[in-house]
Amino acid sequence: MSGTFVGMPAFPKAAHDAVHNETLRGNLRHATHTIRAKRANAVAELSDWAELREAGKRIKDHTLRHLDRYLVQLEEAVTAAGGTVHWAADADEANRIVADLVKATGESEVVKVKSMATQEIGLNEALEAEGIRAYETDLAELIVQLGKDRPSHILVPAIHRNRGEIRDIFRKEMSEWGRPAPEGLTDTPAELAEAARLHLREKFLRAKVGISGANFMIAETGTLVVVESEGNGRMCLTLPETLISVVGIEKILPTWRDLEVFLQTLPRSSTAERMNPYTSMWTGTSDGGAEAGDGPRHFHLVLLDNGRTDTLADEVGRQALRCIRCSACLNVCPVYERAGGHAYGSVYPGPIGAILSPQLRGTASDIDASLPYASSLCGACYEVCPVAIDIPEVLVHLRERVVEGGPVTREGNKVVLQPAKGHAAERAAMRAARWAFTHPGVLRSGQRLASRTRRLHPRTLPGPGQAWSGSRDLPAVPAEPFRDWWQRTNGGKTEKGTSK
Amino acid sequence: MRVALFLTCVNDTLYPDTGRAVVKLLTRLGVEVDFPMAQTCCGQAHYNTGYRHEAEPLARHFSDVFGDYEAIVTPSGSCGAMVRELYPRMGERARAEGRGDTLAATLAPVVQRTYELTEFLVDVLGVTDVGAYYPHQVTYHPTCHGLRGLGLGDRPRRLLQAVKGLELVELPGAEECCGFGGTFALKNADVSTAMGVDKVRNAESTGAEVLCAADNSCLMHIGGTMTRAGSDMRPVHLAEILASTEKEPAA
Repeated sequence: MSGTFVGMPAFPKAAHDAVHNETLRGNLRHATHTIRAKRANAVAELSDWAELREAGKRIKDHTLRHLDRYLVQLEEAVTAAGGTVHWAADADEANRIVADLVKATGESEVVKVKSMATQEIGLNEALEAEGIRAYETDLAELIVQLGKDRPSHILVPAIHRNRGEIRDIFRKEMSEWGRPAPEGLTDTPAELAEAARLHLREKFLRAKVGISGANFMIAETGTLVVVESEGNGRMCLTLPETLISVVGIEKILPTWRDLEVFLQTLPRSSTAERMNPYTSMWTGTSDGGAEAGDGPRHFHLVLLDNGRTDTLADEVGRQALRCIRCSACLNVCPVYERAGGHAYGSVYPGPIGAILSPQLRGTASDIDASLPYASSLCGACYEVCPVAIDIPEVLVHLRERVVEGGPVTREGNKVVLQPAKGHAAERAAMRAARWAFTHPGVLRSGQRLASRTRRLHPRTLPGPGQAWSGSRDLPAVPAEPFRDWWQRTNGGKTEKGTSK
Repeated sequence: MRVALFLTCVNDTLYPDTGRAVVKLLTRLGVEVDFPMAQTCCGQAHYNTGYRHEAEPLARHFSDVFGDYEAIVTPSGSCGAMVRELYPRMGERARAEGRGDTLAATLAPVVQRTYELTEFLVDVLGVTDVGAYYPHQVTYHPTCHGLRGLGLGDRPRRLLQAVKGLELVELPGAEECCGFGGTFALKNADVSTAMGVDKVRNAESTGAEVLCAADNSCLMHIGGTMTRAGSDMRPVHLAEILASTEKEPAA
């Protein structure tokens, strides 16, 4: 299946198709507007939301500042409780570690809890190449997997699908992967959920290996936390003998008490719930003697870097690592609503994807160089972010990296990026405009020329201006710029009919 | 009181009527308005497109032109937010790059003394009823940088509600971006247009004659979308409504 995003076109091209797909736009509009309104209500219930947001931001910033110390503490705690910790510098290393761990169990299939980290590294595809089949068990991930599709939302990967499409996918594809869809399946939510339940239950009961991510890792106790709505995650976390958790290194929290903040802000921001229906926590393994924790029989934690320490090295961009993957920014973003999640060419779409992906992957590819521009900088994402990531600030910072280049850290080394190709004309125009704007006489001459020739102006523009005039009329240039009126009338004092 | 009008390059070049309206309005309220002729552009387009190093000289130029005034008033939420929100950030970045505090110190006076028009009216002059008369149905679009950047809150609405003859109609999805976003309108024209079309559709559903906002850049995009769609609605800058009186009504 095509779960990865290799070779994606730049954002504007990918968005073009989505904008003109009426079904997709309808699905997205309906889904984002519904959750947007619910989230606003859930947040309004808490009188201390602003304080919780500030606390979340501070806890995350503190943790990131001392990440090395807390990661070592976590490793010690997980190990003491009977788990095994593995360190993965990049996607390839993480995939290899997981594949080897699965092979060592003698199994050739695994069940998966919904996980952004394993999507990010393309784990399912890597396992398939090793002859291991990974079954997604989250309902939306199941729809994406059966539909040979890509996720388009952090929390609701199949947000771009409606019920009719899901029914068709179940009918057509379920038999390929296990128990077929019931005869005469309709598109009512209850029937669709029951079909998925029957299909998945067989897999839960058979699987010997589970693979998960984690929403949080607690350094002081070595505890991992997964929050979810369906209970499928809990089945994967408790039924298999071996659990392999792949988690980004930034998901750490220093203490158990810190959870207090995020278990309030995450569910309200993501699903507009006061509390997640399922909160699962596990520490190490359950059969490791006196020191044992309460996890599965065998537990492996794969700590994933994959560009995170490089991101941490950037003073402005590092705030993206505060993200708790709630997806509130996606649901409120007017660009995401029209362009759809696939246009972002990453498992992290929307505003957070536009700042996270070009940092984790670098800005060398067309898609990654275009992502910082996939925003009108309206600021709605910053307003809803429960850890106060100033996404517009990071977007502009990354734009600067694309057009001007500059120092960055890649794979732990300081390098100086050259300006990206394809911006030469824009750069020249910006320089020329800066020159004119620092010479007021030049600006004035230009304005006068535009006013005098106004009857000759074409209704549509050539070159890059076509992007404007293809869909919007240009304003008419006035007969006289303001500054000429000001000078001619002495600020309106000598003009007839102007009040004083 | 004597203030400097920072009109913005877009208004100066394309929307001189807005500038004349601000002068008329402030003069009527007893404020002496000056228009420093050397003013040009705040550098927002440069900064937001990633050309921070091209924007810095424009910020310095702004500071040279406006540094001596006790108040600087602008009829643009986004250009006002550029000065107030992003100039300090440029100063911080310059310091982080080892260029000392010079830029921050140079910009500090203009950062503190720059007001968006509705802030100046409500907070500094302390008026919400500016004696305006505008007998039309109006719907109000709070622009993103005014709403979320400067936090203008209900100031523009309070000013509109006090206008004699004006009927204010709620705009559905008012707080959603119109899709302009400076160079975003060119770089992502498809998405920008889709956002604009939705904004116009929402505006038309109100049945109002006029769509009002306090930023002509957004109105240029919305208005251009309206005329292309053959809409009868007119985009009008807030200043032109507030400047309108029974004696001299605006069109």
